[in-house]
Amino acid sequence: MGSQAPAAAGGGQTQRTQYPYVTGTSVIALKYKDGVIMACDTGASYGSTLRYKSVERIKAVGKHSLIGASGEFSDFQEILRYLDELTLSDHMWDDGNSLGPKEIHSYLTRVMYNRRNKFDPLWNSLVLGGVKKGPKGDEKYLGMVNMIGTHFEENHIATGFGNHLAIPILRAEWREDMTFEEAVKLVEKCLLVLLYRDRSSINKFQIAKITTEGSTIYPPYSLKTYWGFSHFENPAQGAVGSW
Amino acid sequence: MTGSMDLPAKGGFSFELCRRNDMLEKKGLKLPGFRKTGTTIVGLVFQDGVVLGADTRATEGPIVADKNCEKIHFMAPNIYCCGAGTAADTEAVTDMVSSQLQLHRYATGRESRVVTALTLLKSHLFRYQGHVSAALVLGGVDCTGPHLHTVYPHGSTDTLPFATMGSGSLAAMSVFESKYKEGLTREEGIQLVAEAICAGIFNDLGSGSNVDVCVITKGKTEYLRNHQLPNPRTYVSSKGYSFTKGQTEVLSTKITQLKQTAEVAEGGDAMEE
Repeated sequence: MGSQAPAAAGGGQTQRTQYPYVTGTSVIALKYKDGVIMACDTGASYGSTLRYKSVERIKAVGKHSLIGASGEFSDFQEILRYLDELTLSDHMWDDGNSLGPKEIHSYLTRVMYNRRNKFDPLWNSLVLGGVKKGPKGDEKYLGMVNMIGTHFEENHIATGFGNHLAIPILRAEWREDMTFEEAVKLVEKCLLVLLYRDRSSINKFQIAKITTEGSTIYPPYSLKTYWGFSHFENPAQGAVGSW
Repeated sequence: MTGSMDLPAKGGFSFELCRRNDMLEKKGLKLPGFRKTGTTIVGLVFQDGVVLGADTRATEGPIVADKNCEKIHFMAPNIYCCGAGTAADTEAVTDMVSSQLQLHRYATGRESRVVTALTLLKSHLFRYQGHVSAALVLGGVDCTGPHLHTVYPHGSTDTLPFATMGSGSLAAMSVFESKYKEGLTREEGIQLVAEAICAGIFNDLGSGSNVDVCVITKGKTEYLRNHQLPNPRTYVSSKGYSFTKGQTEVLSTKITQLKQTAEVAEGGDAMEE
């Protein structure tokens, strides 16, 4: 998500123009056998500069969910504070129940849509995934909300550039009940394509998973890239003297 | 303003008609829109040559203007070119360079080389500074081997082992980036190209309908028109489109004579002069 045109508000003296400043790029997530897996890179860009290289864009929310965000990083931090307040007041009810991913997704949708209507959006695309025991057993949930309030639920989600580069792969290769290893392989496939073709991605990724046992955010690691095509070595080989 | 064939173009963009166009626009004339091809076109190099692929949908804004157009254009018997961007531009520029290549073949007595087509295309497009909106994937096999190039509307080119262009290029590129290897066989190459085009067809709104494939190897070119038809018409009415009497219930009938019949009274006065 690069800088966009300002969105001016009506409302007298105050003008709430907004551009995103420090932005994170795509987040990918998909449901697998035991729960939901989510991955993204750990970079945050300041316009065309790669400013921060060790940013965690996936966080756990409560006991049952993971939230991942692309877009303006400060707005993501604000959303995390809202979610903190939400989970705290839910905990204070002390009723043995805790907020599940569906509820948190609903809450975030209302927040995002209301801010959009006030012409003061939170410039993010959020991915919400989780597992919670429901009437039909362990119910996996994966959904997304974006800055204008569009929200939906799906078996696989990608934000930002991932929409164009990762979704075609996920649509073709996602299956019900993948094992964790298969899910990681699929996610790494998408992350590698994004690394090659998205200018704001970096080669340092974090994978997180959430199951009934709880959430795990793995430490960051890099993927191996391949640059050894013979055509890359001498592109002008067949065309001596051409440009 | 394509320049006559006898006098070589002096170079540089011809601005003759720009003032006139500006004046017309100020007077309120709405310039005609371009018919874009909103496309997925791909090419890859396999062990014996190149495989080119394209979808077959041509869009005019939100409407599908042509469900089954041909985007893989003939340049020479051993060179084909896929075109994305404005349909008229890709057609015209590939036709023009194809004719120039044929004249060159007559003059030299040799098979055309891919770099010749490449240089002719990029020089022409650069002269028009991007106004000729043609983004091309040019592939062929000549005496120096198999070649695959992309040509951008402003005239820059790339030489690549696999390439995608058009609105569906990201979807197709995601397939190539994850599955391409060197030394693919002919079947693997066709399969990968078809998969990439299908990714464009199903994930990009500007691309759709069928998959065209063209396989070029040394001495042989196969143009597989409509190699895959992944969007068949699934519902066809069993009764067909002939509607016999009795299929629609008639509720009431009223017959109105078009010619009024009038009673002529016998006798009466004769017509006055």
